[in-house]
Amino acid sequence: MKRPIRVVVAKAGLDGHDRGAKVVARALRDAGMEVIYTGVHQTPEQVVETAAQEDADAVGVSLLSGAHNFIFPRIRELMTERGMDDVLLFGGGIIPEDDVAFLRGHGVERVFQPGSSLEEIVTYVRGAVAERRGTPVAP
Amino acid sequence: MKTVDRAAGAKERWLEERYAPAVAKRPERKARFSTLSDAPVDPLYTSEDLADLSYQRDLGFPGEFPYTRGIQASMYRGRLWTMRQFAGFGSPEDTNRRFHYLLEHGVTGLSVAFDMPALMGRDADDPLSRGEVGREGVAVSTLADMEILFEGIPQDQVTTSMTINGPASIVWAMYLAAAEGKGIPLAALGGTIQNDCLKEYIAQREWIVPVKPAMELVVDTMRFGARETPRWNPISVSGYHIREAGATALQELAFTLIDGLEYVRWGVEAGLDIDEFVPRISFFFDVHNDFFEEIAKLRAARRIWAREIERRYHPKNERALMLRTHAQTAGVSLTAQQPYNNVVRVALQGLAAVLGGTQSLHTNSLDETYALPTEEAVTLALRTQQIIAHETGVADTVDPLGGSYYLEHLTTEMERGFQRYLEEIEAMGGMVEAVERGYPQREITEASFHFQQQVEEREKIVVGVNAYATAEEAPIPVLRIDPEVERRQVERLVEVRRKRDAGRWRASLDALRAAATEHGELMPAFLECARAYASVGEQVAVLKEVYGLYHDPGYF
Repeated sequence: MKRPIRVVVAKAGLDGHDRGAKVVARALRDAGMEVIYTGVHQTPEQVVETAAQEDADAVGVSLLSGAHNFIFPRIRELMTERGMDDVLLFGGGIIPEDDVAFLRGHGVERVFQPGSSLEEIVTYVRGAVAERRGTPVAP
Repeated sequence: MKTVDRAAGAKERWLEERYAPAVAKRPERKARFSTLSDAPVDPLYTSEDLADLSYQRDLGFPGEFPYTRGIQASMYRGRLWTMRQFAGFGSPEDTNRRFHYLLEHGVTGLSVAFDMPALMGRDADDPLSRGEVGREGVAVSTLADMEILFEGIPQDQVTTSMTINGPASIVWAMYLAAAEGKGIPLAALGGTIQNDCLKEYIAQREWIVPVKPAMELVVDTMRFGARETPRWNPISVSGYHIREAGATALQELAFTLIDGLEYVRWGVEAGLDIDEFVPRISFFFDVHNDFFEEIAKLRAARRIWAREIERRYHPKNERALMLRTHAQTAGVSLTAQQPYNNVVRVALQGLAAVLGGTQSLHTNSLDETYALPTEEAVTLALRTQQIIAHETGVADTVDPLGGSYYLEHLTTEMERGFQRYLEEIEAMGGMVEAVERGYPQREITEASFHFQQQVEEREKIVVGVNAYATAEEAPIPVLRIDPEVERRQVERLVEVRRKRDAGRWRASLDALRAAATEHGELMPAFLECARAYASVGEQVAVLKEVYGLYHDPGYF
């Protein structure tokens, strides 16, 4: 009944820095999750389309191009339009501290900055999805 | 000394009689010592480890085959390396100001960072460019932007490097046209376009068309360059991005040199003269944290290139054997945590680049894990190079570390490792085939994951991240890009489209389409497109129409 957590790892925007996205994708897969990696240069529309088709629990977006303040809110907006408010949106990349608060205000639950550990990311995704699925979480 | 440490078994004896008891008393710090790239490191190296090394055959003198000790006889005693700081952000006006600032503060060459839309061959008003214009580099869509970018800069006196790959021919043609507009003959222009398509599929992912047509575009620039711009490097074969994507030092070295050999093979097959085009091929390597490994990599690169080109082609022009390289400190080694530590990393990496005998160097800024660098951070990075050049004394004698047992051992090991990769890739039919099969891509993916695991396990220590971390950190200043840049760039583009001669513009794109379809010479067509103010996006659309698209296979 309880299917594995399904995560779409996406590289949105025009930059090709995919090292982080791939390492995270692999760590999530090794942790037992089902991972769909989109490849680079995805538009917000493509990312949301993939997430909808895959019935994803979470979407992790990696962005190192500086376009985060446009692309992340756009992805959340498209997700809302398609009734995907229950899907977790998180991200990472070269994102200045000042922008993290802005992104959190626009539906990005968590932004992992450089130096984050894989363990931290895996634990976070597991916990945040469990919470959304309503699986009992320690009080 | 020679007889003592070369005596058979002398090192063995020392290991047994001295080292083992020492370790018994105080255990080694690690279960296993290895370089950053995870190559094993012994407790000690002696001349016994270099028993197979011949000075004349393997090292030689600086400026002489196989150039292990440097490509020039006098190296930095004659002229220091070129201090070339990569720069580009915001509008062409913003970056033009930064260029003037850098020239006033002692940089000796320019290096242009373009924004993601330009790198991907898209105009400022392309829907996919939303939010990206001027963010990661300078925005350039047409010759009008290029003219502003180089306003007041003597293009015949300053050499310019341009990091552009997929649309390299298009952007280079704009640079040439901007110089033409100032009355500067093309033959007077010195500089480099990166134009290394193979590493785009391997690592950086700024492609516009599939691999084989991309190779044809490169050959076209080498042909044009050899004939029209003898001071220009039409390609900079780059290991930097391969390394940053997670490759080991050896993979960076091997894939880069095998890429280089592939370009040479394509050039020769296209009928280019080896003595003319090979001397204009330059290289670009990353310089990471492992001090000796990086120096060994640069020295091995020169030796391997000289040997491979000599073995395959026997050029008459000695310069075809000389590997000239640019180096940049490792962006990926910088940490967001305790960012001032980055200044120290950059200094050590810059020192390694110089001890490795680089021809030019970019030193990264401390704030680059947050954004493009501020002016203050860039100045500090430049001063770091100046301190290495003028205060440390390392530039005063040629190849000061040559002969170090450890370094020579590593250099030889690099060459052996290269041979293994070469055999494997040649068996696949060369690098183009290997890339189409995803071989180097997968090797890099494996290596980067392995390294990340070592960091997680704390087998590799990153100061301030998995050791010596501090809870609270004071923020550092970060460069902000004015969001207005995008709107202004779009406005300028619309204005250029309105004002340009529509007939000349259409004819230039038609001529480009015809040349691409008929496998004709392309650079003259790109030049005419530039003069007719055809945009990057318009020209790339023609190339995609003729050559097709490339999609990320997405290995992970």
